[in-house]
Amino acid sequence: MPYDPRLVQPMREELTQIGVQELRTPAEVDAFMAQKSGTAMIVVNSVCGCAAGQARPGVRLALQSAVKPDRVATVFAGQDLDATARAREYFSQFPPSSPSIAIFKDGEVAHFVPRHFIEGRDALHLANALVETFNKHCTPAAAK
Amino acid sequence: MGTFHHDKHQLHGITVVVETHGPRVFVGRCDDIDETGVILLDADMHESADGGASKQEYLRRAAQFGIWKKHDRVVVPRHEVACVTPLGDLPTD
Repeated sequence: MPYDPRLVQPMREELTQIGVQELRTPAEVDAFMAQKSGTAMIVVNSVCGCAAGQARPGVRLALQSAVKPDRVATVFAGQDLDATARAREYFSQFPPSSPSIAIFKDGEVAHFVPRHFIEGRDALHLANALVETFNKHCTPAAAK
Repeated sequence: MGTFHHDKHQLHGITVVVETHGPRVFVGRCDDIDETGVILLDADMHESADGGASKQEYLRRAAQFGIWKKHDRVVVPRHEVACVTPLGDLPTD
């Protein structure tokens, strides 16, 4: 059962305030994924304190990197159920978990961060791992 | 390590591997560890004798990608538990 929206709103805003696009319907997910060229990242947000509480600041830190995905979006597991289910169809080869993060290159999954890579670690650990992945798959803004 | 639930074991909320003294190994999100055993949520179980992937291969894949949940809740009896390890601590290669 979804949590009270008032409780969840700050968790949404922790990402949307830095420009992460929130996808709340399957149609919005499909529209985001329709653009195949370049790099994209979808963050599966969640209420879970032990993992998502570190995932959101980790994503925020990582997105300060000069090299990062062209487009970044988020769905909220346990809240926006249909949108989350649709997003997971785009990385269905991986068992569903939340929070989790999928990075796409030209429409294909290039990297996936499952929940167990996040839980029990601090935000900086996730940020460093994401930046390493960005450097591997994304193009620096200056080179575009 | 886990969370702010002070009435739960420190691994509460952490995805763990529960190795047993027998052929079975469990992976799931630890809810608690108490006198009954290890309580897992959203868990999977692998049995080495079932002709599928070996235990090592199963754990390698689980460490890389996670597990497909087959059980909402599992209690691994305390006397069967050999060790409990966070899945994120296992090597992925």
